[in-house]
Amino acid sequence: MCIRPGKEARLDWLLDPLRYDFFVRALVVGMLLGVTCGAIGCFVVLRGMAFIGDALAHAILPGVVIAYLLGVSIVGGAVIAGVLTALLISAISRTEQVREDAAIGIVFTGAFALGIVLISRVQGYMRDLSHFLFGNILGIAPGDMYVTAAITLVVLLGLALWYRELLVSSFDPGHARAIGLRLGPLHLGLTTLLALTVVGGIQAVGVVLVAALLVTPAATARLLTDRLPVMIGLAAALGCGAAVIGLYASYYIAIASGGAVVLTSTLIFVLVLLLAPQRGVVARWNAQRAQSF
Amino acid sequence: MGHGSQAEPTVTLEGVTVVYPGLTQPALSNVTLGLASGQRTALIGPNGSGKSTLLKALVGLVPLAQGCITLLGRAAAPGNPQVAYVPQRSDVDWRFPITAAGVALMGRDVHLRWPRWPSRADRALAAAALDLVDMGAYANRHIAALSGGQQQRVFLARALAQQAELLLLDEPFAGVDTATTALIFDLIDQRCAAGGTVVVATHDLATVSAHFDQVVLVRQQIIACGTPAEVLQPDLLAEAYGGPLALFHHPVAVHKHAALEPPELPLRHR
Repeated sequence: MCIRPGKEARLDWLLDPLRYDFFVRALVVGMLLGVTCGAIGCFVVLRGMAFIGDALAHAILPGVVIAYLLGVSIVGGAVIAGVLTALLISAISRTEQVREDAAIGIVFTGAFALGIVLISRVQGYMRDLSHFLFGNILGIAPGDMYVTAAITLVVLLGLALWYRELLVSSFDPGHARAIGLRLGPLHLGLTTLLALTVVGGIQAVGVVLVAALLVTPAATARLLTDRLPVMIGLAAALGCGAAVIGLYASYYIAIASGGAVVLTSTLIFVLVLLLAPQRGVVARWNAQRAQSF
Repeated sequence: MGHGSQAEPTVTLEGVTVVYPGLTQPALSNVTLGLASGQRTALIGPNGSGKSTLLKALVGLVPLAQGCITLLGRAAAPGNPQVAYVPQRSDVDWRFPITAAGVALMGRDVHLRWPRWPSRADRALAAAALDLVDMGAYANRHIAALSGGQQQRVFLARALAQQAELLLLDEPFAGVDTATTALIFDLIDQRCAAGGTVVVATHDLATVSAHFDQVVLVRQQIIACGTPAEVLQPDLLAEAYGGPLALFHHPVAVHKHAALEPPELPLRHR
């Protein structure tokens, strides 16, 4: 008898991991976060807010620890800490005595230090701290999946409703002021959405890598288009795709899932940087060569 | 959009004084001025004379230490759909993913209610504005892929797409070629013929008498205001620029070898 793999057999490797609920949850959360982080990441990249995204991730540690001590929702504690951090950074930079990047540096390290001090008073929290630092997408509880879905909904709705304001103020702040947009509240609102996104991202890839979810797909998308709506769509698709590929890779070759997702994203970026139709290194090199002959 | 009566000024400034924080000398002092509908006004004066500040005050971007500005019965404030403003050098992110059409469409935002999603009609107005500045063929080009003069035209298109009564242009002729300069003058004439009011801050004194109805000579305060022939007088210009000024095309030229001075270079002293 001749054994040829049928259509079903060929799909087996795709379907096999889906037998496990934890993998399905990881896939759902990874795809939701890929879309959310990709979309808001476009504004993070265009407005030069990568540092603030990274800082927000660190600064929510005390919120996580306090929530753990009180026995309430850890994600809830993280959201509150993230939003408070956003408000604090905005308040300090509004005094105009300290530049915003310095204010970010002060607030996030201070908050992170507070978290470490709190942890040192709590016994047996070290295992969870490693989840905080490196993420635990394969261990996501059903409840946290719904929280991630809610975060996705709020962030995408916020971006859609303030799309024009964010577009105008990111491109031309002077024109934004002239047409009566209030830049301070707008920036604070975006930072708050970013804090929400970061809390979601930490569940998947942890504090250390969450900036990658925000920055890498968006920067990759920018290499492929000159239009913001297309860039947002591409970044969301790339973020989502990297999550799926990374999770399957982590399943089959037994590697850390958070790292696999981010590494996939990074590899796609490198490929696009080299091979993008107009901005790619190869295309530009060819154009230069064509010019010199 | 024509306003009809010439008698009623569209814009009035009364005793306007602007002092920037940290400075003791006012940028503008006690400026009183009226701008009528259909009037083309040139703001002239040396660098740092307060021309840009005057335009920003009309937009409502700088707080007034004293005085008041009324535009069509409203106090000057940001977000007035009837005021379109093209700054001297737009402080924009040139790497931002946006096309010429996208920039022109931003002229519609001030008219739209939150969440300001533009309609098909808004897109059509933006496209028409690009055609007005001869940039229709470049609508889908990225903003950084355009030359300086083309970029200037796109920002002008954004202001035109706004369809405002009052059009404020800060140094629109700086660094643009003669074709663009001619096009900007044409558009100014069209706007004013349709009842709009246009104010242009410019260094190009040679073109002022041919293209403007009113000239305002400023140096912190108004040194002279009137028709080009009234204002472009050697003694008044000397008072503003701090020395006798040689001027090409001068209606009452007194110098035998009048020469066109490049606007930013030191003025000729004799």
